[in-house]
Amino acid sequence: MPPPPTVTTRTSEASARRPVGAPLFELDAVVLEIDGRSILRGISLAISDDGITVLLGPSGAGKTMILRLLNRLEVPTAGVVRFRGESVASIDPLALRRRVGMVFQRPAPFPGTVRDNLLVADPAASNEALLAALAGAGLAPTFLDRSADDLSGGESQRMCLARTLVTRPEVLLMDEPTSALDPDARHRLERTARDLAAEGRPVVWVTHDLDQADRLADDVLVVIDGRVASADERDRFLKSERG
Amino acid sequence: MDEAAIGWSGLALSLILVAVAVALSLWQGLRLEREILWACGRAITQLLAVGYLLLLVVDEDTPVIWAWLWVVAMVIFAAVTVRRRASDVPDILRLSALAIAASAAISLLVVFGLGVYPNVGRAVVPIAGMMIGNSIGSVVVAARRIVGELADRRPEVEARLALGQPWQQASKPFVRSALRTALTSQLESTKAVGLVFLPGAMTGLILAGVDPVDAVLVQAAIMYLILGCVATNVVVIGLGLTRRLFTPDHRLVRLARTAA
Repeated sequence: MPPPPTVTTRTSEASARRPVGAPLFELDAVVLEIDGRSILRGISLAISDDGITVLLGPSGAGKTMILRLLNRLEVPTAGVVRFRGESVASIDPLALRRRVGMVFQRPAPFPGTVRDNLLVADPAASNEALLAALAGAGLAPTFLDRSADDLSGGESQRMCLARTLVTRPEVLLMDEPTSALDPDARHRLERTARDLAAEGRPVVWVTHDLDQADRLADDVLVVIDGRVASADERDRFLKSERG
Repeated sequence: MDEAAIGWSGLALSLILVAVAVALSLWQGLRLEREILWACGRAITQLLAVGYLLLLVVDEDTPVIWAWLWVVAMVIFAAVTVRRRASDVPDILRLSALAIAASAAISLLVVFGLGVYPNVGRAVVPIAGMMIGNSIGSVVVAARRIVGELADRRPEVEARLALGQPWQQASKPFVRSALRTALTSQLESTKAVGLVFLPGAMTGLILAGVDPVDAVLVQAAIMYLILGCVATNVVVIGLGLTRRLFTPDHRLVRLARTAA
């Protein structure tokens, strides 16, 4: 049995496997400056409409900011961000954020029970919808009436994922969602992401962990210093990460 | 009323208490002597200047418009004071001027429009002064708390925005908490009045020989006015500042943490 493809082979094949139609997301010469500091330096990339795309790179490379641009928690200083071929600047931001769900690096539970948290996403959601969101995030129905403050780190992150799923997003953005979790919780969340991607909901996953990228990615984009890495930079980064 | 006038000799005698404060500072090595003397000197200079100006403004022959211009000057000075005490809050001068002017306008319209007090300089200036003066602290607390809450709770606010909530909804729990804090001090003073302390206006009236029950009625009306004015101020600054801290496309601007 041949070994599973690694990040190295996937990044090499990435451009060949791009979809023919409009990509899920496109960044076209995007510049992002914050307080005079250059975060993204004219980056252009495309993210495919299926499976899990991993944005991989060292800390501070600008990966999180790319995710924040995708659901308009940031706006570019220059350049265009497109979602399914349409500039995100021309989409109502509230509607865009419900279509493009985001799970942050650290869980941010709201006060109250898990049910209260899920209802923040959609106050009119039925009980069935809440249970479906919990199941999608890999949580049992019994969690619904538990206090959000009493959850473990992994459970809390899953609840945040469930909360995002209540809005029925077309795509999930996950910003290093396992960085604060133990290995078991990390693997469970990765499995959940794979299940969601398999059900047809594309996932964009940010990590600096090469092993995680190997386990998860259908497609990998290496970001270094606010740009998509050149072949040389990428090889150097992968080599240094492999030790 | 003459019984209440202490004269220059009375004022000079009250300096004995300043001497006591200076002596205590020297004895305990607090090194506050210069500051105590400076504060007392500044206070009497300011009060005398205001007193002589007030003589002109509250004179029965002076048109009441001068008293209202005095109120405008108080609003501007209050806004400048708020900016000095909350300099790290964005756009605070404009917002506090707006909030203080709006609340003063509403309160004074009720007081003088409904004839609670006569529209004369002797009533306009001190009543407006009490309302505006009492608002400064609450506006500063409200502004600093709102910025502090939204900066500290940024992950929660952004989690709400990322779920598609508009900024008004995403910020509501945090702004509400900040406004409650800003109002608590005034509410506590209102509840404790009479039990723990006798407020200034009532004390002044009693010292001036007014019947204590009449003094209570005046003080109660003033307390209600101050409470209404402070509440209006806090809500206006809350709405205005929160709007200023979000972009039209529902993003939270970058905030430096401010000590609330």
